[in-house]
Amino acid sequence: MVAPSVARPRTLPRFSGLGWRRARWGYVFIAPWLIGFLAFTALPMIATLVFSFTNINLTQTEPLRFVGLRNYETLLRDRQTWTSLGITLKFAALALPVAIVLPLLVALLLHSRHLIGSGFFRVLFFLPYVVPLVATVFIWGGMLNPETGWINGALETLGVQNPPPWLEDPGWVYPGLALIGFWGIGAGVIVYLAGLKGIPTDLYEAARMDGAGAWASLRHITIPMLTPVIFYTIVLSVVEVLQYFLVPLVLQEGTGEPGGSTMFYNLYIYKNFFTFQNMSYGATLAWLLFVVTLIITLILFGTARRWVFYAGEAR
Amino acid sequence: MTAITVAGRGIVGRRRARAATGSRPPRERGDSTRSFLITLITVLAIAAFLSPMLRSISYSLKGIDQITQAHSPLYPADPVTFSYQGQDLPLMNVPLPDGTTRQLALLEPLRRQSTFVDPAAPDAEPIVWQGSWRTLEPVWQFAPHWENFAKVWDLIDYPRLLFNTVVIAVISTIGTLLSCTLVAYGFARFRFPGRNLLFTLLIATIFLPAAVTIIPTYTIFQKIGWVGTWLPLLVPAFFANAYDVFLMRQYFMTIPTEMDEAAAIDGAGPFRILVSVVLPQAWPVIVAVAVFHLVYSWNDFFGPLLYTAGKPDIQTVALGLQRFNGIYYREPGLIQAGTLMTLVIPVVAFLLTQRFFTRGIVITGVDK
Repeated sequence: MVAPSVARPRTLPRFSGLGWRRARWGYVFIAPWLIGFLAFTALPMIATLVFSFTNINLTQTEPLRFVGLRNYETLLRDRQTWTSLGITLKFAALALPVAIVLPLLVALLLHSRHLIGSGFFRVLFFLPYVVPLVATVFIWGGMLNPETGWINGALETLGVQNPPPWLEDPGWVYPGLALIGFWGIGAGVIVYLAGLKGIPTDLYEAARMDGAGAWASLRHITIPMLTPVIFYTIVLSVVEVLQYFLVPLVLQEGTGEPGGSTMFYNLYIYKNFFTFQNMSYGATLAWLLFVVTLIITLILFGTARRWVFYAGEAR
Repeated sequence: MTAITVAGRGIVGRRRARAATGSRPPRERGDSTRSFLITLITVLAIAAFLSPMLRSISYSLKGIDQITQAHSPLYPADPVTFSYQGQDLPLMNVPLPDGTTRQLALLEPLRRQSTFVDPAAPDAEPIVWQGSWRTLEPVWQFAPHWENFAKVWDLIDYPRLLFNTVVIAVISTIGTLLSCTLVAYGFARFRFPGRNLLFTLLIATIFLPAAVTIIPTYTIFQKIGWVGTWLPLLVPAFFANAYDVFLMRQYFMTIPTEMDEAAAIDGAGPFRILVSVVLPQAWPVIVAVAVFHLVYSWNDFFGPLLYTAGKPDIQTVALGLQRFNGIYYREPGLIQAGTLMTLVIPVVAFLLTQRFFTRGIVITGVDK
């Protein structure tokens, strides 16, 4: 996983009497998080696993007991589970490039030395990021309305004969949701911009001396120097997109319309534990999501060695 | 050694951000054409990017007459009428046989031919026009319907929702500030066995899917009777969270320890040093965390959905808006007015504090 700043490999210091007293203060100060971590993260995680081997639900008509692997058998036979997992992965394939590349393009634009009023535009690009999700959904729901929305209005003006029905069609709903995702790029833009600002200018000057053009500079300096930021954005975006469900939940009130196409995996979990109050099966589904997320994250970290470039490494 | 950049809720420490701003190369002479082009591209991009907001504002001011009317203007407008012998006649753009188009008031609409009155000469003989009046475009006049906002204010009981949202946001922000300050101080200033492991664990929780903890948490809250109250939204805030601890710790690490040590020699204990020495130097990060958490709490949808469902009296603005949409979805003007009433406070809060957001906003701790 992530090795934060203090995780430098070193031997633990020996703690003398005074050191121990300081150490005890350290534990006192981090206690709120430690207690919170146990109460709201560690124990619930274990409980989720335990739940998946029981028949627990909120109505509990039959007595609570262990049922072995029954929930996992149900999981294997439940076609909706695999349909929902497929929907989530399909949407991820569409939305991830948007979440990773689009903020980079905007950041490059904002970082351009030719741009006048960069700070002003940066504020405007970030602005929708602080708009509440529900508001974003209703604003875009109107924007993507096949009859009254401005997207189709613009397409018709440009001469498109039959503009797409967007959110009302099982095929077009995913590009529609990806468009709604545009309003979430603000954070990515800011992260990339900070990354761009961290690239020493002397690298570009050296490249220019060697006759490199703008494209060569981008390919051989900017992108390699940004790989740590790109990597971080990819990991966080993957974790986020695997959990995607709030927009369809608000948009279609969790029905999965049109035609079941928005029954995302996390929405299916939510349906099971919140609507049907079936805690044990919800927990089984949640555990599968955790395993899938963990595997993908580990694969990403495994590939990082090959392409993520840390400038400080050689030092 | 890994770059940790916390999307959305991070900052770059003030010092680091200042050091980094120098890297944007200076503009050179003779670049004005490129400047113009790139700025133009950016203006067009931002116009497209924010156009949904513009549509929302326009719709929030439209009356229901205009919304149900195809080919009405993009801006809020009402059809113009002309008062004729005690009647309000709709004004139409009528193409006449001589090739001109005149604005005439529709007196007698019939299928094949209609009779019009000329507003410029109402006493003259009415004009008979051949053709279906339904093909004619009405005359529109800019007319914002501000009353949409007043209607929504009453219909969703906005003052109540606002009160709920503010109370939840303020209490949970206080909890976050208190707990995250302590925890960040602990990680930044003290050495203890297991510190690195615990800190790694803290960061790892950022990557943990919420689904894997939510079901038992919800079950427990249900069993102890907290579902249907604000407690599940408030209490966890007092136990710190990874984003804000990380952010504050990074900032605390940039504050030199010499003054801590001087205070310690004078006999100040760790709490005293935190309050009197560290915090006075850390206000930018405190403001940043406060604003991040206020906006986060304001915008939170899933938490209030889980724990206040079916209890309109204790719901937040975000949830109230969704409930409102379920009832009034046939009146897009009202929905968009409600939408703007939901987003205005976080947006203004961001604009007022955007220096803290943008001058630092993300920790790009390319930390070692």
